[in-house]
Amino acid sequence: MSHLPLLTLVTFLPLLGGLFILLTKGEEAVVARNARYIALWTTLIDFGLSLLLWIEFNPHTAEFQFVEKARWVTIGGFSFTYHMGIDGISLFFILLSALLTLVSVIASWESITYRVKEYMLAFLVLETLMIGMFCALDFILFYLFFEGVLIPMFLIIGVWGGPRRVYAAFKFFLYTLLGAVLMLLAILAIYFETGSTDITVALNHSFPFALQKWLWLAFFASFAVKLPMWPVHTWLPDAHVEAPTAGSVILAGVLLKMGGYGFLRFSLPMFPLASHYFTPLIFVLSAIAIIYTSLVALAQTDMKKLVAYSSVAHMGFVTMGAFAATRIAVAGAIVQMLSHGIISAALFLIVGVVYDRLHTREIARYGGLVERMPAYAFVFMAFTLAAVGLPGTSGFIGEFLVLLGTFKVSTLEATLGATAMFLGIAYMLYLYRRVIYGVMTRADLRSLLDLSLREKLVFAPLLLVILWLGLYPDSFLAPMRASVDHLVHQVALARAAAHLHEASLF
Amino acid sequence: MPQTALPDLAPAVPEMVLAASAMVLLLLGVARRDGGARLISWLSALLLLAVLGIEFALGGERRIGFYGMFVTDAFGLFMKAIVLIGSAAAILMSLRYNEDQRVDRFEFPVLILFAAVGMMLMISANDLITLYVGLELQNLALYVVASFERDSERSTEAGLKYFILSALSSGLLLYGASLVYGFTGTTGFAALARFAAASAQPGIGLLVGMVFIVVGLAFKVSAVPFHMWTPDVYEGAPTPVTAFFAVAPKVAALSLFVRFMVTPFGAYLSEWRQIIVFLSIASMVLGAFAGVAQDNIKRLMAYSAIGHVGYALIGLAAGTAEGIRGVLVYMAIYLFMTLGAFAVILAMRRNGRMVEGIGDLAGVSRTQPGLALALAIFMFALAGIPPTAGFFGKLYVFLAAIDAHLIGLAVIGVLTSVVAAFYYVRIIKIAYFDEPLAAFDRPIAAELKGVLVVSALLSLFFFLYPGPLVGGAAAAAASLFGR
Repeated sequence: MSHLPLLTLVTFLPLLGGLFILLTKGEEAVVARNARYIALWTTLIDFGLSLLLWIEFNPHTAEFQFVEKARWVTIGGFSFTYHMGIDGISLFFILLSALLTLVSVIASWESITYRVKEYMLAFLVLETLMIGMFCALDFILFYLFFEGVLIPMFLIIGVWGGPRRVYAAFKFFLYTLLGAVLMLLAILAIYFETGSTDITVALNHSFPFALQKWLWLAFFASFAVKLPMWPVHTWLPDAHVEAPTAGSVILAGVLLKMGGYGFLRFSLPMFPLASHYFTPLIFVLSAIAIIYTSLVALAQTDMKKLVAYSSVAHMGFVTMGAFAATRIAVAGAIVQMLSHGIISAALFLIVGVVYDRLHTREIARYGGLVERMPAYAFVFMAFTLAAVGLPGTSGFIGEFLVLLGTFKVSTLEATLGATAMFLGIAYMLYLYRRVIYGVMTRADLRSLLDLSLREKLVFAPLLLVILWLGLYPDSFLAPMRASVDHLVHQVALARAAAHLHEASLF
Repeated sequence: MPQTALPDLAPAVPEMVLAASAMVLLLLGVARRDGGARLISWLSALLLLAVLGIEFALGGERRIGFYGMFVTDAFGLFMKAIVLIGSAAAILMSLRYNEDQRVDRFEFPVLILFAAVGMMLMISANDLITLYVGLELQNLALYVVASFERDSERSTEAGLKYFILSALSSGLLLYGASLVYGFTGTTGFAALARFAAASAQPGIGLLVGMVFIVVGLAFKVSAVPFHMWTPDVYEGAPTPVTAFFAVAPKVAALSLFVRFMVTPFGAYLSEWRQIIVFLSIASMVLGAFAGVAQDNIKRLMAYSAIGHVGYALIGLAAGTAEGIRGVLVYMAIYLFMTLGAFAVILAMRRNGRMVEGIGDLAGVSRTQPGLALALAIFMFALAGIPPTAGFFGKLYVFLAAIDAHLIGLAVIGVLTSVVAAFYYVRIIKIAYFDEPLAAFDRPIAAELKGVLVVSALLSLFFFLYPGPLVGGAAAAAASLFGR
């Protein structure tokens, strides 16, 4: 174990890079170039540091690792600490955030032409907030990061977004804020129940059932919006369509995962009885999300919107798996989140590639791209297959584990989920056929250039990860195993105890 | 106890220093033919800070003076610090504005000094008489500064409106005080507290008197439904005066409110809590919804202020030391958020004329990135988005509300904060997303820039080291409960 404050470094290094960007002065072109390079190096080093976390991570314990604790505010009874630490559940989300920010910076290299300095600054701040959120072990700290994310994302959508960016930015901001403030009250209630804002204390506290239900609902309001679950998903298509490509990448890749992470970190272990009580609700909403949004995706004419709706459907598998609360299903939910993080990011980048060239996302404007862009067609195909869950790709592992784990809990739910996978295949292949195959009818399509080296560099690591995760998932499953087992065990214990208590009443 | 001819004056030394020096400055202004507004403004600001120094030197020890009519304690120290800083900042912020509007007369800073004396008296009031005298001393000065731009129709109208409504509320307050005196036979807070402790239930007469005083105070802090004067006065008064109104008198009136509810009538918490809860909810809801439709930024700040009073009152409704701590933290954070926001508004000057439409901020981020960044910080802070200071203000009052089992109040509070976030964020949207208009006049006055930078840094980096402020507030709140 290293004695470096590794988590603090990983979290705040991007902020330091942001500070450098803030200090760059001079002509606009020079500032833009410097800002790009500073952002690139910062995110690259940060990704390297996050890999170090993975290497140093001890997979045999469910305890929090790399723990850092410092006094922050200790006054008048209400105190909070700077408490950071990770376990097998949060580890890969940090890697995901670091990787996707790096990819975003490279992907925005040429497509962002104005206010580059501010753009890169916003992404670096965003990275700090995202990683900090996954590391935080104090509620107040967590909340600061969780809600702080809104500020840079709001600006990214609003300043560099599409024509309806203002509407989308507001919708995103207010929706997520509404969910988050209710969670704040729940956090304060937890503080009065446990006497501490420490998450590790709350994890080992057994809350009374009546309180659990209220707290669960308050957290649910926040995470369901963030994830998003049907029917509070409507901000997502708007935000995705209007955000710049890299904004969509982060939004789909990391921000949605905050909701799933929240369910696994808080709702399930802290309120196991309430989770059990509300599982039917989650199952119904998940099934609707998977089936309904798949059908909606099928009808889309805008490429980005289609991918956005498919995200909602994929996140339905996450909630299904998380609340099935078996070892396999929970691990599946995490893998599904990681896999979706990479795949949806890649799909948005794929849309971004042609959008940069033609400035339209209308599916009908394209067709026959395979003639001019063979490399593009290959990459598109690879990620399409991953998105529909072809064995050998990460999508398969995630969905298969979730279905396998859920089957034992609710056969009906698993059946519905499996059936809906078929719809996923339909809309993705339909999209692919319309864009890549067919006859190239339009003149301007003939002059399209295939992927540049920079674009290939963006897709290469993503492709590598989905194949790695698909072919040898144990590299990822092993570090999370102890934590997942611990989580599921705790939930089972709590339920057994409650059951026993109930039984003893009669 | 030996009877002395003079009352015990020691606790009121800062007030006396301030009053005497203000008179000296007044004489100095008269003696100097050229007006010397700039000199006297600077001297006044320094004087306020010097008085703040005296206050800190005297410390937050509990001392009673003037035969029990005047009290100093940690609570008073905390509130006076806010008032003095707010007043000094308002004077500095007015310098350039008054010169540009050709109303740079030396009376302005002196009037603010007199208002500050009144506010300090209000904060230290330990008797209904002191309460009223302090309030009126403050008001007299405020009427004049509100209509200070005497050639401007809007300013005189604002002054007149403020005068009439304030006089009405003072009348209500006085009537309430007379009822309280009639039914208890005393005006001293300490005696009233003993009376309240002795009788479990307040009589109907006392209750009516209390309600009248509460109504009068609600006028002063502009809590709904007694807020009607606020938007008009905020819009009409000269901008530095609005900045002053938004901070110092509000804080003074709120501290009076808190002391009046907690010290004499703390025993009747269950009786008055529902009134405060209602005022709080109404203020938060109106502040959030009415602000959405505003196009004038000063009017918008008026509704924002109404909303913020609602949040602060959550802490009072809790009625515990934690709740009062929440109020204090909230007001201190409110001080620099609001001062900063008004500093931005004062920088909104195009071709030598002030502009006040929020549309005038369009695209500031491209013409004046620094100003836009500060504006964004203040707006996110006012909206209470972490990690800005505004979030911590809300955190502490909600904490107290949950502790006091006022869950419904807290839920309404967070929901209205989302509604209010809409209009704060809309300003950021205008500043960052819209196409730029012509830049504002440059350079921004140095004093203004100073206020801007300091408040922006405090608003943004409060989370790094909240200890001293929260600790001070906790001590101040405890002192009010005699612990």
